[in-house]
Amino acid sequence: MSAPSSTLFTAPPEWHWLIIFYFFLGGIAGGAYFLGALMDLFGGPLQRPLARLAYLVAFPLTVVCGLLLIADLRRPLRFWHMMLQSETLRPMLKVWSPMSLGSWALLLFGFFAFLAFLGALAEDERWRWRGLARLRPPGLLGLVVAVLGGVLGFFVAGYTGVLLTVTNRPIWGDTTLLGLVFLISGASTAAALLALLGQRRAASSVHALERFDSIMLVLELVALIALVVSLGGVARLWLSVWGALLVLGVVVLGILIPLGLYRRSLRFGDASGVAAAALVLAGGFLLRVVIILSSEGA
Amino acid sequence: MCPTGAIIRTEFDTVVIQSDVCNGCRDCIGACPFGVIDINPASGTAQKCTLCYDRLQVGLEPACAKACPTASIQFGPVADLRKRADARVSQLQNAGETRAQLYGADDKMLGGLNSFFLLVDRPEVYGLPPDPRLPTRNLKSSSWLSVIGAVVVSVAGLISFRTRGSRA
Repeated sequence: MSAPSSTLFTAPPEWHWLIIFYFFLGGIAGGAYFLGALMDLFGGPLQRPLARLAYLVAFPLTVVCGLLLIADLRRPLRFWHMMLQSETLRPMLKVWSPMSLGSWALLLFGFFAFLAFLGALAEDERWRWRGLARLRPPGLLGLVVAVLGGVLGFFVAGYTGVLLTVTNRPIWGDTTLLGLVFLISGASTAAALLALLGQRRAASSVHALERFDSIMLVLELVALIALVVSLGGVARLWLSVWGALLVLGVVVLGILIPLGLYRRSLRFGDASGVAAAALVLAGGFLLRVVIILSSEGA
Repeated sequence: MCPTGAIIRTEFDTVVIQSDVCNGCRDCIGACPFGVIDINPASGTAQKCTLCYDRLQVGLEPACAKACPTASIQFGPVADLRKRADARVSQLQNAGETRAQLYGADDKMLGGLNSFFLLVDRPEVYGLPPDPRLPTRNLKSSSWLSVIGAVVVSVAGLISFRTRGSRA
């Protein structure tokens, strides 16, 4: 008999719903920002309203993310111990600790998300301080904000998965693919949310998002299959309600059906894209539920 | 792993969690290969055996070693303990207990544990992980896979949004 995985002998950190919501919303916030940046860099004028929408979404979600993380601490008032050493007030950073690096990344990302948010607001005619519009491309300042914030957006969307793999917990520590899966899912759920919110205001360019999300969904499916394979014997933990939820909720409801609906929407231009986007968001949420709770309960 | 620096190595080469620094993020709980860290519900901070840090500082041995009625818990300089443990394993082996083995005494396990065990069965029978490893083992490959993912997502963005832009 081969020895059981050593991850089965460890204790659960009790990361539950606050963290699940953080992983979900953080993926969307980071994803929305880097989609906004990609649209700013590669898209035409048709994409501009959607990119603006992306920045309008990213910052408020980032604020919610910070609050969720603080609320999850058992000593919330000590949240700043992540950034400063409590005795000396010197900066606290461990580059080998995803949580330490992630705290800084989230703070910096919040800064750029705030700038881009102001820039997006300033594009509204009613806004008075027009100078703030320079925080959006095509100017140099706007490009810097888009690119640096976009890179941080990728980090915020993906590091949460890396953080899980850098533990000794079952499933999480038994694979190296969670960062990749969360990153793709962050891009996918952000595209879905922007497609939903943009239906009215930027209907003509929503199809580009639907095309993009279709690519993401295929990539996510491939990454999920690779994830299950990488788990080896530990994947047996998913021969349970969690595995059923993964297959039915995440794969069928959140990937396969939306792929079909997007196809329909792109071909006939009907409203099936709305249903697809809603299902993608639900699937993205269930993905975090399965990944986190199936390990917490093991 | 601790993002606050609350977990320190003391002058005795033991590990102590400073409860006045810990903010209860619980990253250490999932990181610990042995599952020995827990949350103290009263203080809301992470907690583990301190090996009686306060007693060590005044030259006393940990209370568990002092109190153990069968002397199953031994305390002392690690090199001495290893010698004593090796002799005990040989003694047991010669007496016919062929499964007798040390767990964590040599540097094969995480560079050698300062607390090690003499077992007479497989580690998992005692609730010990058969192959404990550092959580950072996954850091590099995990990060690189995510970077590759970011590049692929960017290329997909370029394809999707650029096509759209040029048609406009």
